[in-house]
Amino acid sequence: MEKQPPLHISGAEAVIRCLLAEGADLIYGYPGGAIMPIYDELYKFSDQLRHVLTRHEQGATHAAQGFARTSGKVGIAMATSGPGATNLVTGIADAQIDSTPMVCITGQVASHLLGSDAFQETDIIGISTPVTKWNYQITKASEIPEIMAKAFYVASSGRPGPVLIDITKDAQFEMFDFSYEKCKGVRSYQPIPQLQLNQVEAAAKAINVAKKPMIVWGQGVILGEAEEEFKNFVESSGIPAVWTILGLSALPTKHPLNMGMVGMHGNYGPNLLTNECDVLIAIGMRFDDRVTGNLATYAKQAKVVHLEIDPAEISKNVHAHYPVLGDCKKSLSALTPLVEYKELTNWKAEFAAHMATEFDKVIKGDIQPTKEGLTMGEAIASINKHTGGDAVIVTDVGQHQMVACRYAEFIRSKSSVTSGGLGTMGFALPAAIGAKMGAHDRHVVAVIGDGGYQMTIQELGTIFQTGTAVKIVVLNNDYLGMVRQWQQLFFDKRYASTEMTNPDFVIIAKGYNIDAKRVTKREELDQAVGEMIASDKPYFLEVCVEKEDNVFPMIPTGASVSDIRLQ
Amino acid sequence: MSDINRYTISIYTENNVGLLNRVSAIFLKRHINFLSFSTSQSEIPNVFRFVIVVKVTEDKIIKLVQQIEKQIDVIKAFYHTDEETIFQESALYKVKSSYLFEERQIQNIIKDSHANIVTVSPEFFVIEKTGFRHETEKLREDLAPYGLLQFVRSGRISVTKAPMGISEILNNFNNQNNG
Repeated sequence: MEKQPPLHISGAEAVIRCLLAEGADLIYGYPGGAIMPIYDELYKFSDQLRHVLTRHEQGATHAAQGFARTSGKVGIAMATSGPGATNLVTGIADAQIDSTPMVCITGQVASHLLGSDAFQETDIIGISTPVTKWNYQITKASEIPEIMAKAFYVASSGRPGPVLIDITKDAQFEMFDFSYEKCKGVRSYQPIPQLQLNQVEAAAKAINVAKKPMIVWGQGVILGEAEEEFKNFVESSGIPAVWTILGLSALPTKHPLNMGMVGMHGNYGPNLLTNECDVLIAIGMRFDDRVTGNLATYAKQAKVVHLEIDPAEISKNVHAHYPVLGDCKKSLSALTPLVEYKELTNWKAEFAAHMATEFDKVIKGDIQPTKEGLTMGEAIASINKHTGGDAVIVTDVGQHQMVACRYAEFIRSKSSVTSGGLGTMGFALPAAIGAKMGAHDRHVVAVIGDGGYQMTIQELGTIFQTGTAVKIVVLNNDYLGMVRQWQQLFFDKRYASTEMTNPDFVIIAKGYNIDAKRVTKREELDQAVGEMIASDKPYFLEVCVEKEDNVFPMIPTGASVSDIRLQ
Repeated sequence: MSDINRYTISIYTENNVGLLNRVSAIFLKRHINFLSFSTSQSEIPNVFRFVIVVKVTEDKIIKLVQQIEKQIDVIKAFYHTDEETIFQESALYKVKSSYLFEERQIQNIIKDSHANIVTVSPEFFVIEKTGFRHETEKLREDLAPYGLLQFVRSGRISVTKAPMGISEILNNFNNQNNG
C-alpha cells in the first residue's frame, strides 16, 4: 500500500477526517464554546458529513441510537463541554444498557484549565464512566487518530456499546501531522470469545433429548446480524421461539414458530411455559428482571442453554447449564446441523391453547374493541393494516410501548426501536428521526404516550428543519398511564401526580408546520392512519384513547412468570 | 455459595487515566466496600496491577471479576482465596523519640516484633513492619498505650501460587496481529 504523506492539520480537522475514514456521513449534535473548532471544520466538510442540529443534546444521543438501530452502523453524537456533555448522559446510559453502538464526542475546556472549575467545565469522563463501554479524554492533537479509531472499534465490536471521547479545546486547535489507520484490535480486549465446539456439542446433545424445548431470543440475534442463521435454527429444530422486547422483529411476527413475547407484559403462553419447558435455549439475551420475574421461581425445571457473546452474562442471573460463548451468527451455524428436527405437536399445541385464552380474555378487547372509548391496541392494529408490517415502529416507554410491542406486526428485522433496559421516556421522538435517517426507504412510525412525548417534544423543531418524514402517533390518555396502572393495582388508586393537563398537541405540531390531526372516534381512526401513512411528509396524529385502560397480561414485580395475570 | 469469604482480586491493566475510577465504579454500583486496595507496576513493562481485597460470597466475586474483566483496558482479572496467595501488608508507626529512652518496654516491643527502624530524629522515630494483618495489628496495639503519633497501613499486596499467564495473553495478541 502506498503511504500518503501526512497532512499537517488541526486536531479539529483530524476529528472530521477520522469520522469520514470510519464511513460516517451523518452526525447529530449541538454546538457550543468548547467544540467550536470542530464545528468550524464541519462547516467546511458539510458536503461530505451531514450534521443534524437537534434541539437538545439528549435528542442527539437518541437520534444517534435510532440511526444505529435501523442502519446497523455506529451512531454519532456531538456536544460541547459542561451542560452539553451532561445532557448526553441519559442517551449514553440507554445505549449502554441496550448495547447500541454509539460514539459521542464532547468538547472540553483547554487542558491548562482542567480542574480549575472553568466556564462550562464538567468531569464528563468521571460522569460517563459507569455508563460507557469505554471513554477517553484527549489533550493532545496527536492522540486523535489512534483514539478515534479505537472508539469506533470498541463501540461496534463484540457486544456493542457507547464510547465517549472528550477533546480539550487546545487539542482541537493544535496542528500536527495526521495519518489514519483503522483499529484492528486492542490487546486488553477480546470482543468475541473463541467458539468452543465442545460447548456447541454439549448444547446440541441437551437440545436433542428435550421433549419441551423453548427458544428465547434477544437483541443479540439482530446485533449479530444472525437473523438468517436464527431462522434456520428455529426451522431446522422445529422449536417454538419467543422473544424479549429487544429481540422483536428478528423473526417475522407471523412465522409459525414465533410464539410471542416473554416478560412483564409479554404473552400468556411464553411466560407460563417458561416454567414448563425442559430445555430453555437463550440466544443473545441477558435475563433481565422484566423478563424473568422472581429468579427463585424462574425456569427452575429447565436445563438452560445460553448462546452469548458477553462472558459476564453467562450465569449472571440464570444459571447456564450449557453456555455457548461466541458470536451467535457463528454459534448458530455450528449448532443447527447438530440439532434434530422434532414435530413437538403437543408442546406447540400448549402455546396455541394459551394464545387462544389470551386472545379471548385480552387481545380481542384490545384490538377489536366494542366499548366506546378508543384503545391503544386498535391504533396499532390500524398501523399494521396500513403498513403491511413493513414499518419501523419506534416506541417510547410505558403502556403504549407494551401495547405496540405486543401488537405491532413485522416482516423484517431491525424494525422495532425502543428503550428497553433503561426505560427512557422521551426516547421515541428523537430516536424516530435517527431511525428514519438510517432507513430512508421505510415508513417510520413513532408511537408515543402523552407523557414521554412532552419530554423531548422540542425535537419537532428538528423534524421541521430537516423535513424528516417520520409519522408521530401520540396515544393520549391524559395520564402517565403505566404509573397510573400501578397506582390502581398496587397503591389503592391513589393517583399521585399521574394525571396530566395536556396542551393542544395538534396546534403545537402545526406550529412546526407539521401536518396534524386528532382522532377521538373509532370511525375516524382507520382513515386518519391511512392518510398519515400515505403522506410523504412528517405527520402528527393524536389518538385520544380511553383514560384508564390497563395493559394485560401482567406479571407483578417480583412475582413468578407463572403468576401472570390476564386481568 | 452464600458463605461470605475474603477474596483477593488481582487485575492486570493498561496504565490509563481514569481506569481506577472505572474499576471502583463496579464496586460502587453494587454497594461493595474495599477492605484494601493497592496498585503498582506489575512484572510486565507498562502493565499495572491492582490488588483489591473484598469480603463477599463466591457467586458475587465471580460476577465482580467478570464485570472487571469486561472493561476494555483490563487485560485480565482473577480472584483468589487467602490460601491461594502469598500476601503481606506494610505498616508505619510514628512514636515520640523521648519514649524510646523513657519507656524501656518500647524497646522490647520493637525487638520482639522484628520491626525495622526507618528513621530516628530528636522528636520522633518511625518504625516499619511488614507481615500479616494480625502482626501489624499486634504491634499497633502494643504501641498504642505509649501514644502513637501516627499509624498507617498499606493495602494488601499479594502474589499467587499459580501462574497468571499475562505474558502469554499479550504475546498471543501480538502474534495474531503480526501474523
